Amino acid sequence: MNKDLNIKSLIIDRPLKLDCGQTINNFPLAYETYGSLNKKKDNAILVFHALTGDQFVSGINPVTKKEGWWSYAVGAGKAIDTDKYFVICSNVISGCLGSFGPSNINAKTNKIYGTTFPIITINDMVNAQYNLLDFFKIEKLFAVMGGSMGGMQVLQFVSNFPNKAKIAVPIACTSSHSAQNIAFNELGRQSIMADTNWVNGDYANQNKNPDKGLSVARMAAHITYLSKNGLQEKFGRKLQERDDLRFSFDADFQIESYLRHQGSVFVDRFDANSYLYITRAMDYFDLTKKYDGNLSKAFESTKTKFLVISFTSDWLYPTSENKEIVIALNAIGADVAFVEIESDKGHDSFLLDVPQFLNTLKNYVNNSYLKTNDETRV
Amino acid sequence: MKQEFKIISDFIIPNTRVLDVGCGDGTLMQILQNTRKIDIRGIEISKENSQKCVGKGLTVIEGDAEKDLSQFPDSSFDFVILSQTLQAFLNPEKVIQELLRIGKKAIVTLPNFGFWKVRLHLLAKGTMPITKNLPDEWYNTPNLHMCTIKDFYKFCNDRDIKLDKALALHNEKTASINQNNLSIKNLSAELGIFLIEK
Repeated sequence: MNKDLNIKSLIIDRPLKLDCGQTINNFPLAYETYGSLNKKKDNAILVFHALTGDQFVSGINPVTKKEGWWSYAVGAGKAIDTDKYFVICSNVISGCLGSFGPSNINAKTNKIYGTTFPIITINDMVNAQYNLLDFFKIEKLFAVMGGSMGGMQVLQFVSNFPNKAKIAVPIACTSSHSAQNIAFNELGRQSIMADTNWVNGDYANQNKNPDKGLSVARMAAHITYLSKNGLQEKFGRKLQERDDLRFSFDADFQIESYLRHQGSVFVDRFDANSYLYITRAMDYFDLTKKYDGNLSKAFESTKTKFLVISFTSDWLYPTSENKEIVIALNAIGADVAFVEIESDKGHDSFLLDVPQFLNTLKNYVNNSYLKTNDETRV
Repeated sequence: MKQEFKIISDFIIPNTRVLDVGCGDGTLMQILQNTRKIDIRGIEISKENSQKCVGKGLTVIEGDAEKDLSQFPDSSFDFVILSQTLQAFLNPEKVIQELLRIGKKAIVTLPNFGFWKVRLHLLAKGTMPITKNLPDEWYNTPNLHMCTIKDFYKFCNDRDIKLDKALALHNEKTASINQNNLSIKNLSAELGIFLIEK
């Protein structure tokens, strides 16, 4: 998919042992960077993307021709100022924008992997991305940050590499995927699998595509990214380009039309099998599992400074789950700050123009950069 | 610098761990960080103030001290500061117990309801007192449990809470409070500042 476009890619030759037991090597990790790495190499920020994100954080995404997924937050003069910081983001493994994933060709069979691709976890994604530090010869990142699944990767990164980032900003996320979230992901997967064009994941080898299933999966998920109030305010019961109900199953309501549109544009840019793999990785995410349910132990040796951020109307990764991270960190005396931002934009708040969020993030990042550099000098 | 903050700062030993409960916009935290080289954390209930603090790069969690202090382990701080906030809690007794659980010592300051101007206001006008330290009307004040220096002194004595230091503050002047001058200081001081431990 989109191999001919301007996609930078690192071939990782160091073998990576996956949680599922398989080992992969010589695999591509697609990435993008913004700004420039300074001489001291102390201004690098590794951003992790969410379920349907990619490496194109800011500016125009060369594949979709739309603004990058975190354009509100990242760019020249923005909260994460690319005039000051060197921002790196890579496409997660199992993704579909240049990194090793189910739409790649298996050299052994000469066929597209499909569901023969190994199951990937958040831990695997983070371990693969760690190679970027070596590649850019960065001893220690200034920051790791991300929202939603990106936030889970932040937590996993600090747990795996407790001394490799000065600050960590997990946003609107959780340390352990909840039953409700697994349920929503399963709904999406079943929708894809119910499409006859999915053909057990082998669609790409048969020139088919489960567009309908993937589109319904996206529609269902999209609802969970918004809030009831946000939806009501934006759409209410407004009708779509008509004066009255049609007494049919057309998209009478604007919200129906909106969701259908979201579904249809999504299938143009996303691979259905990648959707299965990445949602599975989120479901398997439970940072406490290794530590008998004690989340604090996942962070025991870290010196990283944390800022946890949640949003009032986010019911997918609610404040209570974000606060569990704060509580676990406070229990071991780790350096953790926390704010809950007022917003009616639901889980998607972290991607949108929410000034209180963006200002707090900007000031925290800039002041922390000054402070952590002071400490290094002392 | 506010005289109250200067006294608090004098109480604090450098290179210690400190928690500022109800840290407002982080002014005191910044003073202490700069002058005392301490590892300081804060907890603040207002969203606006929490965001201001975090924006300054301070380690502050947005939260309600009455619920959220429980997440800190026993004796995890050398000092816990409660500056003019005790009277705003639903259950001040429980908060004091929590402060003394998580902190080896606690610094508590309180606006003195026994101050003569407060007494005179109530006596002469017959309406709820409004002063520099108590600026709100009865219907919009966050203060639920006003007390006097004498009340707090007795509160500590009754519970075997050690008063390491007890200071009365009036017009930037400080004086030590003891059993003998308690009634006088209870009349003359606007603010009481206490360093306590279990």
